Amino acid sequence: MDIKLKLNGKAISAQCDADTILLDFLREHGCYSVKRGCDTSNCGLCTVLMDGKPILSCSMLAARADGHSIQTLEGLQEEAADFVGFIADQGADQCGFCNPGFVMNTIALLRENPDPTDDEIRAFLAGNLCRCSGYDGQLRGIRNYLNSRKG
Amino acid sequence: MEQREYKVVGKSFRKKDSMQLLLGKPVYMDDVTPDALVVKILRSPHANAIVQEINTKAARLVPGVVDIYTWEDVPKTRFAIAGQTYPEPSPYDRLILDRHVRFAGDAVAIIAAETEKAAVKAMKLIKVKYEVLEAVLDYHTALDNPILVHPEEDWEPPCEVGGTNKRNLVASGMDADGDVEGVLADCDIVLDRTFHTKAFNQAMMEPFGCFTQLDRYGRLHVVSSTQIVFHTRRILSRALGIPKSRIRVEKPRIGGGFGAKQTAVCDVYPAFVTMKTGRPAKLIYTREESQIAGSPRHEMEVRVRLGADKNGKIRVLDLYTLSNSGAYGEHGPTTVGLSGHKSIPLYTGSLEAYRFGYDVVYTNLQAAGAYRGYGATQGIFAVESVVNELAEALGIDPTLIRDMNMVKEGMVMPAYYGETANACALDRCMAHCKRIFGWDEKYPVRDMGDGKVRAAGVAMAMQGSCISNVDVGSATVKLSEDGTYNLLIGAADMGTGCDTILAQMVAEMMDCSFDDVAVFGADTDASPYDSGSYASSTTYITGKAVEKACTELKTKICAIGAELLGCEPEAVVMESGRVRKIDTDQTISLTDIAYKAQVNNSIPAEATATHSSPVSPPPYMVGMVEIELDKLTGLVTILDYMAVVDCGIPINPALARIQTEGGIVQGIGHTLMENVTYDSHGRPAESSFMQYKVPTRLDMGRLKVEFEHSYEPTGPFGAKSIGEIVINTPAPAIAHAIARATGVWHRELPITPEKVAMSAAEQK
Amino acid sequence: MITIQKYVRAQSLEEAWQLNQRGRNRIVGGMLWLRLSRGGVGTAIDLSGLGLDKIEETETEFSIGAMATLRQLEQHEGLNAYTGGAVKNALKDIVGVQFRNMATIGGSIWGRFGFSDVLTVFLAMDCCVELYKGGIVPLEQFANMKKDNDILVRLIVKKTPGKMVYTAMRNQRTDFPVLTCALSSIGGQPKAVIGARPAKAMVIRDENGLMPDGKAFAAYVAQNAPTDSNIRGSAAYRTHLVRVLVERAAKELGGM
Repeated sequence: MDIKLKLNGKAISAQCDADTILLDFLREHGCYSVKRGCDTSNCGLCTVLMDGKPILSCSMLAARADGHSIQTLEGLQEEAADFVGFIADQGADQCGFCNPGFVMNTIALLRENPDPTDDEIRAFLAGNLCRCSGYDGQLRGIRNYLNSRKG
Repeated sequence: MEQREYKVVGKSFRKKDSMQLLLGKPVYMDDVTPDALVVKILRSPHANAIVQEINTKAARLVPGVVDIYTWEDVPKTRFAIAGQTYPEPSPYDRLILDRHVRFAGDAVAIIAAETEKAAVKAMKLIKVKYEVLEAVLDYHTALDNPILVHPEEDWEPPCEVGGTNKRNLVASGMDADGDVEGVLADCDIVLDRTFHTKAFNQAMMEPFGCFTQLDRYGRLHVVSSTQIVFHTRRILSRALGIPKSRIRVEKPRIGGGFGAKQTAVCDVYPAFVTMKTGRPAKLIYTREESQIAGSPRHEMEVRVRLGADKNGKIRVLDLYTLSNSGAYGEHGPTTVGLSGHKSIPLYTGSLEAYRFGYDVVYTNLQAAGAYRGYGATQGIFAVESVVNELAEALGIDPTLIRDMNMVKEGMVMPAYYGETANACALDRCMAHCKRIFGWDEKYPVRDMGDGKVRAAGVAMAMQGSCISNVDVGSATVKLSEDGTYNLLIGAADMGTGCDTILAQMVAEMMDCSFDDVAVFGADTDASPYDSGSYASSTTYITGKAVEKACTELKTKICAIGAELLGCEPEAVVMESGRVRKIDTDQTISLTDIAYKAQVNNSIPAEATATHSSPVSPPPYMVGMVEIELDKLTGLVTILDYMAVVDCGIPINPALARIQTEGGIVQGIGHTLMENVTYDSHGRPAESSFMQYKVPTRLDMGRLKVEFEHSYEPTGPFGAKSIGEIVINTPAPAIAHAIARATGVWHRELPITPEKVAMSAAEQK
Repeated sequence: MITIQKYVRAQSLEEAWQLNQRGRNRIVGGMLWLRLSRGGVGTAIDLSGLGLDKIEETETEFSIGAMATLRQLEQHEGLNAYTGGAVKNALKDIVGVQFRNMATIGGSIWGRFGFSDVLTVFLAMDCCVELYKGGIVPLEQFANMKKDNDILVRLIVKKTPGKMVYTAMRNQRTDFPVLTCALSSIGGQPKAVIGARPAKAMVIRDENGLMPDGKAFAAYVAQNAPTDSNIRGSAAYRTHLVRVLVERAAKELGGM
C-alpha cells in the first residue's frame, strides 16, 4: 500500500505492507536511531514522536502513520544537542542503545513541562528502560541542564 | 599510600563515543551492516528430546527461503561457546545443531531466507517428530541421575576440572585451609544456612546479534556484538572447521553485555549460513530468544557454615556451592569458584580455617554463562547474609562486627590463592559509608505507622581485577604526523567506557591532550591480541599494556628524535610533546619526528605491548540501604542506597561512579523483582520484558556513590577494577534490611512482596 | 511476528462494522499487543479516522470516545476532578507515557483483560459503554458479555455524585498489577471492584453496609472475590491483598 507522511519535516510517499511495523519502516528509511529492544512494548527504545507525541514505533503499523508527522532523533539533532552533553558529562550514555528512545522522550517531556521536578522526570521517563546506568546519572544530567538554563 | 598527581588520569572525561551514542548515530551491528540473508532458528519446545524426523520440504517451497539446515548438515566436532582462554575450562559439549536437544529453546534447524517474513513462515512449516525424553529439571537431583544430559561419547573437557558427562557433572572441586571441623566444634556459635539465587538474565538492551559475509579475499568476516573478538574467532574456527587465518571478527559499538556477550551465543549460525551459501547473513535474536536461549547467571545453592566466638570473632567459614550449569557447560567450572574465593577472603582478618567445596551439574534448562559478578555475587549474598545474621544474633552492630573481622591492607589471604592485599581500603570504605549514610541514625528500625517500617542493611564485597596468570591484554600505540596518537586494542568497550579510560592513560603517558588520542577496537585483523573484556580485567590488564606500550613508544620517539638532533638516544628526553637534547636544550616537535618516521626510517613510530598478571588485586566495597517496608502488602521501597568503593585509583571518576550505580540497580532488580520460573516442561515463564521485570527508574530510590582511594602497585596508575564488584552488595544488604524490618531472613532471591508479606503474616 | 493482509482506515462506523463481520478481520485500537496475537489477520480495521478520540464533558456526564488514549484520560482535568484523581492513579503506572499515548480506552475496555487497571477503575463509576449495534450497555454487564463482532464506540460516565479511590499492588512499578482495587460510593451505592485476581475485575456491592467498618468490609470482599495464582502472585497472597487494599481504601474513602 502507499502511504504519505511527514518524516522529520519532509513529506514523503512510500510503499509499505499492511503489516509493516513503523519501527522497521523508519529504519528502512535511514532512521537508524530507532532501536528494537523488546517485542512487547516494554522498553521504550523505539520511541519516536507522532504529531509531537512520544509513541512506541515497535507497536504501530506504518500504515497508521499515513497522513501524520513522524519525528525521529535524526530530525531533532539540534534540540537534542542542547542537553545531551550534560548526560555525557555524567558518563551516563554508557552502551548507548537506549539513548535515542530516552532522548526522544526527554524532548517530549521538556516540551510539555519545561521545568520538571525530579519526580516528574522519573515518572515521565519510567517507560524508558536502561540496564547500564542505574538511571541516576541520566537524571543528574537533565537536572544540570535545567539548572544551566536558569543561569 | 602512594599519591601522584596526574594530568589526565583521574579526571571525568566524556566517553569518546558519547555524542555519537546520545545523538543516535548508526554505530551498532544492525546499523553498520548491509541487508543480508535473514537467519532464524527453529527451537525445541521440549527440554530433552531426540529429533527422530525432520521434514523441511514444505518450508523450502516458501518463496524467499534460500536454505534450511538440520543436524545432518553440520560438522561433527564438538565445541564450547564460552569466551575463555584456550584450553577452555568449559567442556566441548555442543554441535551447531544436535540431534539431541537438551533444553526448551535448543536449536533444531537453521533457516536462511531473503526476508524475515519468509523465514518465519518457513519455520512454521518445518515438521519435526521428537522422541520426548524425561528431563532433569531439578538441579538437586542431577548428579548421578540415570538420565544423562550429555550421554554422548565424544564429550570432551579441554582441561581437567573434575567433571564427567556420565554423572551430569560439569565440574567438582574442593579447597581448604586449617582444621575446619575442629574450629567449628570449638566455636561459641555456629550458623548453618542455605541460600538460593536464580538464573538472572543480563537483559542488556541490545539483544544478541551477528552479521557474517565473505570479504574480498573470500574470508569469513564476522561483525558481532561481542566482548571477545579473538575467542570468537577461535570458537568459529573449531566449530566450522576452517583455519583462523580465514576468519576475521570485529565488533562495532555494543549495546551492553554484562558478560552475556562473553559467550558466542549466536555467532555460529549466521557464520554457518555464510559458509554454506557464500552470502551475507544476519541473525538478531528476539528478546524472547535472548531470554530463553542466552547465557544467564548460574543458579546456585550456597550452604554456609559460619563459626564465631561470642564476641563476634568469625573463626571459620565452610562453603559448599551447588551450581546449575543448564544444558551446556559454558563458564560452569569457573563461575562456581568465585562463590567461595571472592566471599571467604573478606574475613581474612579473623579466620582460622576455611573450606570451600563445589559441584556444577548439567540440567535440561537454559545453559548459563557469564554475568557480571560471575559467582562472587551468589557467594557474597550467602556469606554477607550469614554475617549479618550473626551480628543480629549476638546483638553486635553489623558494621562493628565487620570492623573486627574484615581483611585489611597488607594481610595475606589464604582463601584468595595466598595473595596479599597490597591495596585495601575496605576499612575506610566502611567508615566513609557509615558517615554519609548516617548508619547510626538509620540502623534502628523505625515504625512509620499504617504497617510501614523503615530499616537499614549493610554488606561488603570484593571481586578480582583479572584472571591471574591467564588473561592477556595488549595495546598498540602509534604516532601520527601531527603529533596525535592512535590506540589500537582488542579489549571490547561494551558501553563501559574502556576506550575512553585507556585513551586517558595514553594521554597521561605521552603528555598530550585527551583529544589527541584516537581509539580503535576491536578487530582480530587489526587489534593486538587481547583475551577480551571480562573478568573485570580491562582497566587493570589492558591498562597496564597501554602503559607499557607508551613507555616503549617514547623510547622509539626519542630514538627518531635523536637521529634528527644528531645525537645518541640517551642524550634526549621526551617532554611536553617535544624531544629535547638534554645538554643543548635544542628541541624538535613530534610532527617533525612523525614525518621523519615516514622517510628513510627503520624505527617504527609505534609500539605494541602485552601484559599479564600473576595476581588479581581485589577491589572492595561497602553498600548500605535504607528501605521502607510495608508489612501488609510486602512492598519493599528502596529509599537510599549508598556505597563507597575502593577500586584503587579511579581512572575516570564519572565512569567509575556510573558503573557502580548501574551495578547497584541491577543488584536491586535481582533482589526484589527479577524472577526466573519454569513450567513443568522446563519452559521459562519470564521470556520477555513483559514478564521479566528489570527495575525502572521508579524502582531504585536515591543513589549515592563515593570512593576511597588505594594505590595498587601492580595496576596502571594504581588502578584496580570496577566493572563487576558493584553488583554484589544489594542482595545481602536489602535482605538484611528486610530482616531488620520483619524478623524474617530471606535466603532465596528474588524477595518478592508476596514472600515478604506472607512470611510476616505466618510469623504472627 | 504478525501477518496482516490488508489495512483499512474506516471512513464510517458502518464500514468498520461491515468489515468486522468477517472471520479474520480485526478492529485495531492502540495496536500495542497486536503483533503478539496468534494467527494472521485478514483486514486490520483502523478507527483512527473517525474522530473517536474526544473526551466531552457536559453538566451531567463524560463521553469518552473509544480511541481516546489512556494518556488523555490521565491528563483530563474534569475526569480527575470528578473521580478525586482515581483515574490518574489507575493509569499512571501502566508501562510508560509512550504506551499510554497509544493505548486506547476502547481497546482496554473491549479486551476485558484480567490485569486491567482501566476496567477496574471504570467499573467503580456509574458507567456505560455504547456499542455500535448493541446500544448503550452498563459497563458491568458489558464486562461479562461474550466477545462478539460489535464495535465499542464510547464510554459514558454519569456525573452521579459520590466519591471513589483507586489502589493497586505491583511487584515492579510499571508491571501488570498483582491486584487492583477500586472503592466507590456513588449515588449512595457503596461497592468494591477487585481486578487482576488474576481474572477480570468484578464488582462486589456493599449490601450489608459494612464499608464504614473497613476491616469487616475487607473480609466480606475477600470472601466474595475469588482469586487464583499466576507468576505474579499466589491465590492466597491475592486474597491477603484484597483484605489489605480494601481496608486501606475504605479508610481513605471514609475520610473523603
